[in-house]
Amino acid sequence: MAEKQHLHLHVNGEPVDVVAPIHNTLLEVLRENLRLTGTKHGCELGECGTCTVLVDGEPVLSCLALPIELQDAEILTVEGLTEDGKAHPLQIAFAETGAAQCGYCTPGILMAAKSLLEKNPSPARREIEEALAGNLCRCTGYIQILQAIERAAAGDVGKPISV
Amino acid sequence: MMRLPPFRYLAPKSAQEAAKMLADHAADEAMPVAGGTDLYPNMKRRQFTPRVLVGLSRVENSRGVSGSSNDGITIGGMTTLTRVEQNELLQTHYPAITTAAALVSAPVLRNMGTLGGNLCIDTRCNYYNQSYEWRKSINFCMKKDGEICWVAPSSKRCWAVSSSDTAPVFIALDAECTLVGPDGERRVPVKSLYEHDGIDFLKKKREEILTEIHVPKVNGRRATYLKLRRRDSIDFPILGVAAAIETAKDGTVEKARIVLTAVESAPVEADKAEAVLVGKKLTEDAIEEAASIAYRPAKPLDNTDLTNAYRKKMARVYVARALRELMRAEP
Amino acid sequence: MPTKTDTKPEGSTPTREAEPLSIIGKPLMKVDAMAKVVGETMFADDLALPRMLFCKIKRSPHPHARIVKVDTSKAEALPGVVAVLVGAELPIPFGILPVSQDEHALSIDKARFVGDPVAAVAAVDEETAEAALEHIDVDYEVLQSIMTIEEALAKDSEPIHTGELHRGEGSVNGNVHKAVSLEFGDLEEGFAEADVVREDTFFFQGNTHLPMEQHSALASCGADGKMTLWSSTQTPHYVHRAMAKVLEMPPSMVRVIACPNGGGFGGKSDPFNHEIVVAKLAQKTRRPVKVTLTREEVFYCHRGRHPVKMWVKSGIKKDGSITAMHFRSFLDGGAFGSYGIASLYYTGALQTVTYKIPRYKFEGLRVFTNKPPCGPKRGHGTVQPRFAIECHLDKLAEQIKKSPLDVRLDKVIEPFSITANQLRVRTVGLKECLERVAERSEFRNKHGKLPKGRGIGLASSSYLTGAGLPIYWNKLPHSGVQLQLDRGGGVTAFCGSTDIGQGSDSVLAYVVAEELGVEVQDVHVVTADTHLTPVDLGSYSSRVTLMTGNAAIEAARRLKPLLLDQAAEKLQVPVERLAMAHRKIFDRDHPDVSMEFAEAVVLAEARHGTLGSTGSYTPPRSPGRYKGAGVGPSATYSFSACALELEVDPETGMVTIHKIWIAHDVGKSINPLLAIGQIEGSVYMGLGEVLMEEQVFRKGVHKIPSMLDYKSPTFVDMPPVESILIETLDPQGPYGAKECGQGPLLPVIPAVAIAVYDALGVRIDESPVTPDKIVSALEGRLRAVTVPEYDWPPPVDVPPMREESSS
Repeated sequence: MAEKQHLHLHVNGEPVDVVAPIHNTLLEVLRENLRLTGTKHGCELGECGTCTVLVDGEPVLSCLALPIELQDAEILTVEGLTEDGKAHPLQIAFAETGAAQCGYCTPGILMAAKSLLEKNPSPARREIEEALAGNLCRCTGYIQILQAIERAAAGDVGKPISV
Repeated sequence: MMRLPPFRYLAPKSAQEAAKMLADHAADEAMPVAGGTDLYPNMKRRQFTPRVLVGLSRVENSRGVSGSSNDGITIGGMTTLTRVEQNELLQTHYPAITTAAALVSAPVLRNMGTLGGNLCIDTRCNYYNQSYEWRKSINFCMKKDGEICWVAPSSKRCWAVSSSDTAPVFIALDAECTLVGPDGERRVPVKSLYEHDGIDFLKKKREEILTEIHVPKVNGRRATYLKLRRRDSIDFPILGVAAAIETAKDGTVEKARIVLTAVESAPVEADKAEAVLVGKKLTEDAIEEAASIAYRPAKPLDNTDLTNAYRKKMARVYVARALRELMRAEP
Repeated sequence: MPTKTDTKPEGSTPTREAEPLSIIGKPLMKVDAMAKVVGETMFADDLALPRMLFCKIKRSPHPHARIVKVDTSKAEALPGVVAVLVGAELPIPFGILPVSQDEHALSIDKARFVGDPVAAVAAVDEETAEAALEHIDVDYEVLQSIMTIEEALAKDSEPIHTGELHRGEGSVNGNVHKAVSLEFGDLEEGFAEADVVREDTFFFQGNTHLPMEQHSALASCGADGKMTLWSSTQTPHYVHRAMAKVLEMPPSMVRVIACPNGGGFGGKSDPFNHEIVVAKLAQKTRRPVKVTLTREEVFYCHRGRHPVKMWVKSGIKKDGSITAMHFRSFLDGGAFGSYGIASLYYTGALQTVTYKIPRYKFEGLRVFTNKPPCGPKRGHGTVQPRFAIECHLDKLAEQIKKSPLDVRLDKVIEPFSITANQLRVRTVGLKECLERVAERSEFRNKHGKLPKGRGIGLASSSYLTGAGLPIYWNKLPHSGVQLQLDRGGGVTAFCGSTDIGQGSDSVLAYVVAEELGVEVQDVHVVTADTHLTPVDLGSYSSRVTLMTGNAAIEAARRLKPLLLDQAAEKLQVPVERLAMAHRKIFDRDHPDVSMEFAEAVVLAEARHGTLGSTGSYTPPRSPGRYKGAGVGPSATYSFSACALELEVDPETGMVTIHKIWIAHDVGKSINPLLAIGQIEGSVYMGLGEVLMEEQVFRKGVHKIPSMLDYKSPTFVDMPPVESILIETLDPQGPYGAKECGQGPLLPVIPAVAIAVYDALGVRIDESPVTPDKIVSALEGRLRAVTVPEYDWPPPVDVPPMREESSS
């Protein structure tokens, strides 16, 4: 058994203590120790973007991040996007436009999109595509995801959908 | 899920302390880690199983860009590729650097990956960048656990491919880097960092840490970088061309640099083609002549994407395109 | 001419009522959308049970080897290892098709590809299980490996399968899985009538589904001996059957629950060895056992697109009409049968379901090779021939100097007709699809007229709306729905259908809500659980909307009278005048005379006792009766047309697609938002296949089993898409609906190859259309595709259907 380390992390606005081997990645600690299974995995090698979470507001691949290096950081996962029981506008927009088909890449893409909109509240389509170019989706062809992000950015959440 | 092998983690505060740790733990195959985007996948595939990792994230004064276009600039080795890409000083005066940084993998990876890491990135080969079980099925290769180089079975050396996007640009800009060892530091040209050997591809000592990259003053040098890959994101280069020139007032080329990446185990400088350009104006004829020479040292093999013959041919096309871009950027 | 017009649309589906639809056709949110966006949806790997063990599977490092000995003693002795499993403990074979029960959960005698499972470990954590694999010693005797169709056909090739199972007719050695030959009409007569007869060869490279979610399964064996398996599967019913068979358990003791699939695309449609392995380990250890594959292992599960070599010969008249077509396909099947026999027939089945082809001959064969087994991927078996046929047609059109648009428009099959190979076609919206994409893309102004390097391509296609026959022979319904009403006005809908992201749970809820006049959120769907839900055959062949939709309509319409009778009595309104919508039952003529749906439920329950109903659906029988007629029939077919404009850099061969126009005959969109999502996703997947994806092997092993090296298009690789929904209101579909999840993939692939020709004048007759091939073609160095010689079995001669027997 590998040596374990007591880690003090700050996840979704809450302090959490975890005892885990040092070589467990943030992805493993989130999913297996904290049971925050909203963060998914698609390759575990940093090739697909599925496990994206935010560390101090920046998208990071949790499969390639070591928790021991993140003890001073604010970690945000898809579960933390919902505030006071209310879904984030991006989450609602994704649901409204059909951006989540199987929903497996969705948490990672939501996190990357949140970071983008915080820096660039009304991005051009090309800017969204470039910001998300590391997040693969096999279901949607990306278009409804782009529409969802534009909808959230425009403050159109809740308005009727035109097809 | 693919998981990392166990290791002890050390967190030095300075590069020298890190170098000492690497030296002290050489028996544990200690390795430095910065962003982890290159090392951790390799560790998950058991290409490396260091029993000690020396994490550089707490090393002080290792991030950021300083200097000016008149004096030259220094970039900290731990600066993330995102920070490099977004740095205004670099964008204005050294756009080839920001272009290359922005072409590395994908945004989320660039948030983690560092410039030092990109310069020291492990050579790649699709016989090598595979899981332990996969490599076992071909009885391993010379780079790890095996005897033979599968892509060139009669070769004595490993032909894994140098895959840094930024290295050719820094070479084309005559940049240097600082290497910090346990007993002090030294400054070497980036070009001399690389060896034509897929296994021992870095001439730095195992315990040395690449802390800084120094780029000389602009001095009228124009540079560019073009990258070939199948997708417009995520992919490593299967060919990269960095080109830089300095011209006299009348447009005569005084200095030329053409550096190819991903066609050998080290970045390849096309010095014969450079020599052809010096003393000439950058005309379409000169470009064609240089391109027809520049692609020759490229030795693409069947260990990355698309066919070798195609990549070799594209080396010529991309050199010409890079030079044309510089021609168009004539001041 | 075998094509007869059947002018009578049959009315086996419930007829549509006059009421305006209140839910169907609206761009509603999916019922599971919010759970997915907040991270609440539990995929199989998200599940954890107390005392759960973790399983890892040891796989063969050899493409072809006899297993001499497996020694697990060292692994068993490791701390943390709870059980080790070898093939001999699961001796019963399985497979998706009854005729191809050729797989073992863990190989017993032979390993047939690199990645073939040979042993498994259950341990306290995944790392311990993984480490234990290294301590299992397997002695192999390495055999000659067979990696290509040609190698498989060589007279002396080492048979991958021995025994009687695969000794089919027409086989020259053990590596021909199946050879078929079917002839419909007098081909020679057809070629003699033609003005131009042309032969072409094509190759379609294999590729894989690459769902974002890796397969995962969790098994638990209770104290009562009952087995429960949660799995990322598209076909819980077939997994249920395979589990019961291999574990030798009564099916009643086995429960399979399909978790929401993180993408499937056909890749989770077989019963898989890892599902059976964890079940057996759970039985052995009496602890829950979970396995989650790595991405590399997903490439070994595969069941993806077959690599297919094709040869096609057609006769065409100057007016553009086809007189005869002869089509040959050679499928590289990989190591096991999987769906392969169906895949093989599909490569010959739907050629006739787009254009009028009066005489048609199909010869095809599938071989075994030492690679992961191929199977069904989106567009199953029809994608490869569609690439060939559309490119071939483009060449024919050029040869007779007709516009490729007119050549297609002129010969679109007749609605309500029967094809040469005796498939019954119902509504056909292909003409309108073609016209719309041609108009939107300005095809007529652009084709052959764009500057060098720019090109436009056009192609069309058709696809099934659900396979006409189940995978194993039976007379049972293909889909069943059970409804239960609660006193609060809620409706629970139970159905075996499986949501793989396409929205089948939502379609079920929409249909029930529409029929019973409640809101979508009043419908609670319970799906994909073999204990709780009536059988639905699974999410494959684009069958769910049509079949589950029809079953749900039947169930709802059986329940409705019970409610309406009570409402009629209470409201004093004749039943015929009552309508149901938005939680109310009301008088159509005086809508203010109404009552709450929930109140009617209470009254009906008081009168009849607990309220529930069932409905089921079986597709209509197809007219074809010849051997092989079982693959191809469908209740109805969807149609698609695609135009796309691209630019090719003549120096680098790099393709940039500027825009895609796609029109799809969806019959009726149950939810246009979801329909467009399916179309855009199909276009995406087609683009990946034609531009970059390839499942390739070297030295007997998968060359690139990773998401980095297997190229899947990213956000920045995806062009804009204009989707056009064509509604033909098919009499078979619920509210007229047909499929839309697979068909739109088909025309995209040939359209790219055709547009590259329009741009640069070079034909790329093999997929993917990569820049290196384009550059080689421009230099005249791209070699033509060769197909093997084969001594075909004598054809099953199917005479033309004389008269349409009235249905």
